Amino acid sequence: MSAKTSAGKGVRVAFGSRWSHVGTALCAVSLIALAAAPFWGGRDDLQLLSEIYAYVALASLWNLLAGYAGLVSVGQQAYVGLGAYILFALAILGGVSPLWAIPLSGVISAAIAIPVAALVFRLRGHYFAIGTWIVAEVFRLLASQVSLLGGGSGTSLLAAVVIGMAPTRQLRDFLLYWIALALVVVVLATIVLLLRSRYGLALKAIRDSELAATCNGIDVRRTKVLVYIVTAFGTAMVGALIFLQKLRVSPDAAFSVNDWTAFVIFITVIGGIGRIEGPIIGTIVFFVLRQTLADLGTIYLMMLGLVAILVMLTTPKGLWGLLVERFGWQVFPLERKVVFEERSAARE
Amino acid sequence: MGGQNSVANAVPILALDKISKRFGAIVIAEAIDLELGEGEALGIIGPNGAGKTTLFGIISGTLSPDSGRVLYAGADITAMPPARRCAMGIGRSFQIPLPFGGMSVFENLVVASAFGGGRHERDAYQSCMDILERCALADKANRQASSLTLLDRKRLELARALATDPAVLLLDEVAGGLTERECQALIELIRDVRKSGVSIIWIEHVVHALIASIDRLVVLHNGGFIAEGDPATVLRSPQVAEIYLGIEADA
Ligand SMILES: Nc1ncnc2c1ncn2[C@@H]1O[C@H](COP(=O)(O)OP(=O)(O)OP(=O)(O)O)[C@@H](O)[C@H]1O
Ligand SMILES: [Mg+2]
Repeated sequence: MSAKTSAGKGVRVAFGSRWSHVGTALCAVSLIALAAAPFWGGRDDLQLLSEIYAYVALASLWNLLAGYAGLVSVGQQAYVGLGAYILFALAILGGVSPLWAIPLSGVISAAIAIPVAALVFRLRGHYFAIGTWIVAEVFRLLASQVSLLGGGSGTSLLAAVVIGMAPTRQLRDFLLYWIALALVVVVLATIVLLLRSRYGLALKAIRDSELAATCNGIDVRRTKVLVYIVTAFGTAMVGALIFLQKLRVSPDAAFSVNDWTAFVIFITVIGGIGRIEGPIIGTIVFFVLRQTLADLGTIYLMMLGLVAILVMLTTPKGLWGLLVERFGWQVFPLERKVVFEERSAARE
Repeated sequence: MGGQNSVANAVPILALDKISKRFGAIVIAEAIDLELGEGEALGIIGPNGAGKTTLFGIISGTLSPDSGRVLYAGADITAMPPARRCAMGIGRSFQIPLPFGGMSVFENLVVASAFGGGRHERDAYQSCMDILERCALADKANRQASSLTLLDRKRLELARALATDPAVLLLDEVAGGLTERECQALIELIRDVRKSGVSIIWIEHVVHALIASIDRLVVLHNGGFIAEGDPATVLRSPQVAEIYLGIEADA
């Protein structure tokens, strides 16, 4: 993104580094190319790309939660599933247009996240992680009790609802593809803006020293709860869209700890936790591995585990962390740099 | 110096009322009373492990006393969380520096000013740079805080506490390791801070820097203040010479 400067009464402060212009240009070009995908790609390409966007968004949100706010949740599938089920409930039982149901499912899930936060924030460290997983399991069990939505075996969207989105299958594919792209862009942009704001500084302060943060006026608990709720909001919208594309939902698929948490953690850790670019590069690596090795079945999962262990042992900051250290690359600069007028504005 | 008399009748900006605190068998404080007048600078000395830093924890809210009350401008803040105390005007530097290591030195101050000082970020930039200038850190503004030397980390502690715009500033051993010239600069800085109306409590082992800056000195030992009053007089008192300096008193 661009190196924006702001004049704060004499002191000039800029976001960015040498690389930020390269990063901005790169983002713009790839965004245009990706937005044009319906014109150069087939149906399979669109589906694969949509899935990639979903994982970039999910991993970026998990990264915000765990990498920045230090909240290591292994239960984010709770919100993927919640978003999906709320969308199906609104569309099937409420007659709401599925497209409108996406933001609505985000809002409702965020509201549900408030009491859940009150519960899981009583737990510390490992217990927090376990608590989030238990919440997700409870949600899954509750979803399987809703007989109006097919109980344990799940349900499909009615043909009328599907056709209501767009008259032809091709148009529907295009529409859902563009929504998936828009959603990942919005999620990334929101995270960048959040991290660049004063709340981003507060998050990093909390990550570095909770004690010092609290003695410098930062309400640690409130900040973390806020991030938890924002993350629930985004995760639920992504979940709603994923299952809208599948046209079918079931408790086991929607609340899958494998699909929506294990893979997401893998992506974030190998890409680089605590860095915005990490989940993007991690998702690319994940999909390359999946496309080349998926036929191998169990061996594929073992390979994923092996890659994760190797990366964690050799480059604990992830692949993007390696690039940052080597070359100083930054696609989304977050640091404020004071621009010294008279002296040469040396980096460092 | 002085100024004690002029504030004697006013409500103290900060007060400890019968504060007791112990860690297991270690008695830190036993029904301690302490008052800090508005604009006053108070020094605290005491042997290692006496509990001076613990008192700062109780004042800033990171530790809760076993009994007793903490009052800020007459209001009971004993149950108030640290972040709100900071926003209210209690700024603290840590004896063992706790920089926000992943952020730049400048950002360390910006976040303190935005949350502790309640400013809009943009409005904070100028004052943060001014503070860095005064704390001899301006040329390191863009440095990652984790890359600072111990001495600069201590400077950052002071600078960050100042950025929260405190009415009461708690300083925990900020003079250790300074050269004589740097020490003079620190004494002048603290004088400036006082002139702007800030009340100060300063824990310091570098006694000459301390007495150059304070109105009143208390000595913490065995859970209580064993001496209190004019700094020079307190330092010359036989109890202090005995327990704190470990030398015979010969006045
Ligand atoms: N959280 C804690 N739990 C248990 N004991 C503690 C805790 N914090 C401090 N202590 C103990 O309380 C005593 C007082 O510690 P404190 O740091 O307040 O002393 P101090 O006067 O600041 O010493 P120094 O001059 O060395 O900085 C010490 O014996 C210390 O080991
Ligand atoms: Mg101490």
